[in-house]
Amino acid sequence: RKAHDPSTGLCGSERVYSSGVGRTVVSNLPYEDQRPRNQPNRRYAGNAVKTNKYTLWSFLPINLCEQFRRLANIYFVGIAALNFIPEVNAFQPQVALIPICVILTLTAIKDAWEDFRRYQSDRELNGTPCLVYSRSQHGFVERRWKDIQVGDFVQVLANDIIPADILLLHASDPNGVCHMETANLDGETNLKQRRVVSSFCAVKSPFDPLSFNATVICEKPNNNLNHFKGFLEKDQIKIGFGIESLLLRGCTVRNTAAASGIVVYAGHDTKSMLNNNRPRYKRSRVESKMNKEVLCCVFLLFCMCLIGAVGHVIWLKTFSSVPIYFIPDSDGNETPSVVAGVYRFLTMIILLQVIIPISLYLSIELVKMGQVFFITQDIDLYDKEKDMRMQCRALNITEDLGQIQYVFSDKTGTLTENKMVFRRCTIMGTEYPHTENGESGKWVGQLWSHQDTTVGRDNILPCLPLRCGMHITVYHEREVIPDQNLLWSVKEVERRGVAGHWGLQGATHLEFFLALAISDLTSTVMGGVMLPLRGGGAMSWQSTLYDIPTSSSSVVSEDEVQGTPCKGHTRRRQTWTASSLAGPKEVHYEAQSPDEAALVHAAKAYGFTLLERTPSHVSVRLPSGTTLTYEVLDVLTFDSVRSRMSIIVRHPHTKEIILYTKGADSGIMERLQNSFEDRSQMKSESRVIANKTQKHLDMYANDGLRTLCFTRKVVSEKNYYDWLVLRQGAMAAIDRKDELVRKTAADMETNLTLLGATGIEDRLQENVPETIQALREAGIQVCVLTGDKLETAVNIAYSCKLLDQQDLVFTFNTENTVKLVGKPVCKPVCVSQEVCKNMLSGTLAQLPLYDTQEAKVSVGLVIDGRTLGLLLDSDLQEGFVQLCTHCRAILCCRTTPLQKSRVVTLLRSKLGVMTLAIGDGANDVNMIQAADVGVGISGQEGMQAVMASDFAISRFKHLKKLLLVHGHWCYNRLANMIIYFFYKNAYVNLLFWYQFFCGFSGTAMIDYWFMIFFNLFFTSAPPIMFGIMDREVSAAVLLQLPELYRRGQHEGGYRRSTFWIAIADAFYQSLVCFFVPYWTYKGSDIDIFTLGTPMNTASLFTIIFHLAIEIKSWVSIYFVVTLAFCAMCVSCNPPSDPYWTMQEQMSDPMFYLVCILTTVVALLPRYTLHALRGTLVPSDHLRARQIDNMPPHHRDLWLQEWKKLKDLCASYPSLSSSTAQRYSTAQSPSLTLVQDPSPALAQSPSLTPVQDPSPSLVQSLNPKLAPNQGLNSAAL
Amino acid sequence: MKAGPSRTNRPDNTAFTQQRLPAWQPILSAGIVIPGFTLIGLAFIGVGVALFVTSQKITDLEIDYTGVAATSPCFKCTSFAAENCMCQMEFTLTTLFEGPVFFYYGLTSYYQNFRTYGVSKDGYQLSGDTYYFNNPQDSCAPYQYDSNNNPIVPCGSIANSMFSDTFQLYQVVNGMKKQVPLDGKGIAWWTDYNIKYSNPALVNGSFANAFSGTVKPVNWSKPVYELDPTDQANNGFLNQNFLVWMRQAALPKFQKLYGRIAEGDYAQGLPAGNYTLLINYSYPVISFGGTKKVVLSNVSWMGGKNQFLGIAYLVIGSLCIVMAMVMLIIYAKYKFTDDDEDM
Repeated sequence: RKAHDPSTGLCGSERVYSSGVGRTVVSNLPYEDQRPRNQPNRRYAGNAVKTNKYTLWSFLPINLCEQFRRLANIYFVGIAALNFIPEVNAFQPQVALIPICVILTLTAIKDAWEDFRRYQSDRELNGTPCLVYSRSQHGFVERRWKDIQVGDFVQVLANDIIPADILLLHASDPNGVCHMETANLDGETNLKQRRVVSSFCAVKSPFDPLSFNATVICEKPNNNLNHFKGFLEKDQIKIGFGIESLLLRGCTVRNTAAASGIVVYAGHDTKSMLNNNRPRYKRSRVESKMNKEVLCCVFLLFCMCLIGAVGHVIWLKTFSSVPIYFIPDSDGNETPSVVAGVYRFLTMIILLQVIIPISLYLSIELVKMGQVFFITQDIDLYDKEKDMRMQCRALNITEDLGQIQYVFSDKTGTLTENKMVFRRCTIMGTEYPHTENGESGKWVGQLWSHQDTTVGRDNILPCLPLRCGMHITVYHEREVIPDQNLLWSVKEVERRGVAGHWGLQGATHLEFFLALAISDLTSTVMGGVMLPLRGGGAMSWQSTLYDIPTSSSSVVSEDEVQGTPCKGHTRRRQTWTASSLAGPKEVHYEAQSPDEAALVHAAKAYGFTLLERTPSHVSVRLPSGTTLTYEVLDVLTFDSVRSRMSIIVRHPHTKEIILYTKGADSGIMERLQNSFEDRSQMKSESRVIANKTQKHLDMYANDGLRTLCFTRKVVSEKNYYDWLVLRQGAMAAIDRKDELVRKTAADMETNLTLLGATGIEDRLQENVPETIQALREAGIQVCVLTGDKLETAVNIAYSCKLLDQQDLVFTFNTENTVKLVGKPVCKPVCVSQEVCKNMLSGTLAQLPLYDTQEAKVSVGLVIDGRTLGLLLDSDLQEGFVQLCTHCRAILCCRTTPLQKSRVVTLLRSKLGVMTLAIGDGANDVNMIQAADVGVGISGQEGMQAVMASDFAISRFKHLKKLLLVHGHWCYNRLANMIIYFFYKNAYVNLLFWYQFFCGFSGTAMIDYWFMIFFNLFFTSAPPIMFGIMDREVSAAVLLQLPELYRRGQHEGGYRRSTFWIAIADAFYQSLVCFFVPYWTYKGSDIDIFTLGTPMNTASLFTIIFHLAIEIKSWVSIYFVVTLAFCAMCVSCNPPSDPYWTMQEQMSDPMFYLVCILTTVVALLPRYTLHALRGTLVPSDHLRARQIDNMPPHHRDLWLQEWKKLKDLCASYPSLSSSTAQRYSTAQSPSLTLVQDPSPALAQSPSLTPVQDPSPSLVQSLNPKLAPNQGLNSAAL
Repeated sequence: MKAGPSRTNRPDNTAFTQQRLPAWQPILSAGIVIPGFTLIGLAFIGVGVALFVTSQKITDLEIDYTGVAATSPCFKCTSFAAENCMCQMEFTLTTLFEGPVFFYYGLTSYYQNFRTYGVSKDGYQLSGDTYYFNNPQDSCAPYQYDSNNNPIVPCGSIANSMFSDTFQLYQVVNGMKKQVPLDGKGIAWWTDYNIKYSNPALVNGSFANAFSGTVKPVNWSKPVYELDPTDQANNGFLNQNFLVWMRQAALPKFQKLYGRIAEGDYAQGLPAGNYTLLINYSYPVISFGGTKKVVLSNVSWMGGKNQFLGIAYLVIGSLCIVMAMVMLIIYAKYKFTDDDEDM
């Protein structure tokens, strides 16, 4: 990649504005005819991209350099080079180069092919046509992408891909809005709105780049897709702009005929290219362990060579005079024995180098490629609705999936659907339970398949009659069934007044729904304009409204409005029929979050239909049919610090400026404190309402609903304009912009009037409890880390079987959240830390009591974010980790993304366990990256989690098969393959034993070519196939018996002992393979290579039968190749000259007898051991295999019996075998340790900083009382 | 509704991609192992008996003639001064030594497999390529050129150290020595004789001329083209004794075929009686602690006499049978307890 420093690209006076930290762009047009060196933007990277690493010429040197970064390759080249020294060489030097050359060539071919593909895609991309403005031609002319320079004016037409990062200056849409689909960038298929830079909005006429004379000053290229800032400088006036005006390279323009702008970043500086990271390289645990075993092999090699060298010296000393077969050096002198010993040491290294497996690394890569292929091919991990396969983004940690001990999971969108359904609301202290809503729609999973009829998606699902019925229910569930009482009161209020002039009391109801409809950033896309979405990419939040048969986007004619009366059920039925029969135009709501879509739909159910939203205005149709078009003055966007968002609008009739704010209760309640100050008589009433609302919010939270508060405020003109000045200043700032913007927003959001609150349900995904149950049986600890509030999280935890009613649950909660009624008591942090410490030590002291009981109590731990923060401090860490090891389930609430990752890092490093983090949102990215294995769920919240992950799945339930089956298989396959590689390479010991009979001179009785064939081909290919395809236990049985997974967690497949056993076995077998032929042929007239042939053959048989899978073909290939080689090579490979040895041997019956005997003797111990073990102490895996081999009906019977046995073992720990459960299903006393049982009032989807901690320690030991009940009773 | 068009992203639901291919996985449990061991055991015992009986039928006779002991007839030849020393060994056969009888010479502590020794030859030279007569390969060093820088043919240490003792076998019939013919033909590998090694073409009708400009190896008493002047087919590189020697022995104790006794009166073997072995003793082995011997042996289908393989087969076969029985006992006991558990 080109190194590029944009700060050097500043020239002249512009440097002043940028102060060296930004990038300055001016129009290229005035300089069009000038030489390149006069171009003002010449130093910025052009738009041509080059992602290939090599060119034709540089391929060889660069690729070789990269390959030699691997220590193993250097080692093997060193060995091969050593062979060129005549004093020490063991083989023909040229031949010794073959193995390393084969390895290097194979790797190089692989790299070259990958690089060539990159080159091709680059070339295609660079050659794509685009429209660039030309001064000479006075218009946009067609150029290629690579010709674009920073400062050019580019026009992008609808459905074209944006060639560079373009600052939007003109759009064909009269509102200056352009829609952009970012699927290529982050996989989100929802449309993102982009707006023309504010001062250019007025330009209605065709855009004239020639008149553009401003200077663009923006930040340096960076990879933040969601952030961009800068300003336009024109005649000393600065106009700020942000990410909402930037068209990103790689995205597609939708719904907009044409969009034009100036290029600010091109080529490698664009945000998409900067985001385009290579797949991450993680070293798997097995691999790092393997490296240690390689070192063991080096040590073995060293020992053997030393024995050889010393043996040679001793052997030389036994001769008093020079034997006839000694070769003096060229001067006729004998080499001194010590020097000869050193030479022999080196020779032996060359001779025995094979003991360090040269092809292992390459083989592992190949095997992993195969494994990844099979994982992605799994049809069970395929998601029909999203048309998505499982994705493996990291290619080299497949086997880590088989060793997971801790799973850290996000809640929203991971365990739950993140498909929000409006459930209940409270307005002015009155609760509307919406009971009907709760009954319908148990089948939310089907929702998606049926939704966009326009795309033709409903044709795809095979629809059973039963299911079709559900579809309708499901469909209707999206449209909230209104609460009859509420609906009546809304209508009542509306009848009393004219639109916008309601009485004070009833107004709140209407205002509440107006707030619902207005105060979000849902954009509407009308029927006619909507472009077809790709069938496969339904990852965005879209829903369709069928009931507005509008023909144009902005005009709502009178009779059409009349056609949609607000009569609840009746209306819905009508719309359904209409949509299914006539297929009218629809409104698509493009919400930024599922919550917002749910709210808009809820408002619509009560007749407040959001018709249109543009940057400048919002149209809402009231139940009466009147359409109110509010002018949007400003939007104070959501941020997690404020945990609320606001919209400032001007009422069309009263011209009042109104601020609607919505947010978490923590973000809203404190802003109500001083409201109603001018009307003291209202004060107490507002207090009452706030208290009631808070109580309802708590109830919602206990039901597992997500809550949002809605407020309203009327702002005076003067206040607004005063504030606006500050606001604009903040928007144009470059330094500390975020902070300033946040501060101005907070300034506005004061003295709010509470309207009410909503409860939105987020249902569990299907099969979540089963998955968690299975993971747990597999010995995996599941921790849930969520940003939600404690009660919501606990509730979800019970419903997904993370916590059991019989569990002993410790709740750590130091958060004092009673802000509304309680007096703020400020206590220093150290006090709460002290309390925390006490709590921790108290709990730890209690734990042993339960451990000693006959039936073990399973322990759950619930911690809130604040306490977690304290526990993660260095002095409490140890206790926390200790506590975690005792807990069956851990639930952390109100955690920040950073805390999530810290928990993962802490447990991972302190316990040394293998961790997996799974999440779907941007707030899980830290955690996903911190864990050994990161899994992303491609959910509703975009693709950031997937981008950061190693594996991407679409549903939580897929985790079960991914871990229990694929993880298990991959781990076992790889572990076996590695062990086998070490084992089979130890056959080179044959040569070592021979040294004792040839004076340790380094003679090989096997021709070197055979050794190459043997090592690289005959014995490498079978284990690779084995590593990819082997299946010890079938998927069905693995899923049925999750406890089989435990072996991998404790590294059962690949222990140090397994390695040494394999090596010892290899030594034994090589001894047999050497000495059986030795004794047979001892004293006879056999020559060197004739002796070597049976040894080699017997070893091959031994090694292959050792593998004991069907690879007969490889054996026959061995004979074919060997015979052919023996026949071809008359004297091609001195000194060995293996000519005709094989043929000679094969005509001798003794050869067969020797080979058979050797093979049998070599394998006898291993087979006997296996047979004995299989009969006497069959492992779980072996029994599972036996079950696997049974006919299906027997199998089910056996599986049931197995499970019963397990349960039996579990209830009597003393009887428990290796597979006994650590938890118990028997009845156990339940204890609750509740810290600060007063329920937390604050709730928000993100974390709220807590200002007034008042921790107290309450321990209540309530037998048989579930903790959530405990919380409730304490609250009442 | 009907099934929609096939999706691009959906993986194929085949047995291969879904890893459902049928596989045969033997489980090593008693049920399979017991019959397996029994079968292997019986087969091995059968083979073992056959091998053992065959090996018993083979007779061999070893005569050590190194001459270390002063009583040995060849002791006189061990001193350095002795040249063209001849010695005689006597032996007696009480029964007929069944033919065909193979005549071997054997050496011990002789490391023909020593690595630097083993590479010290020139394959191209030995295949009759005259270019290498004048330019022997470096692998032959230091037996590449003699002190006068003349190329040595055949070069290298193996050729140079060729075994030089010769033997004559006489049967003593009524006090008269009757020579037993030793057939030195056909004792080398067919491929060595016909393919790997070949003599240079005659120059001016003379075989010796083909070697002009070269010298004999240092230790040799006569040049390579005079190895067997009586028979051109056995001369030069194609001399069978030379070929036998050039095939390196695998182990430091080895024997090499010298000739066969399969002609005339001795086609049926050596009859009982007294024999005299006349040895032209020239090859020094005492300096490195080696011994020399002559071996007479008849061969069967399994080669020379070798007790080991038969015994090994018998032992392993019996072991398998024993193992099978032990497994049977264990299996029976285990089966009972297993049934109890399953109840």
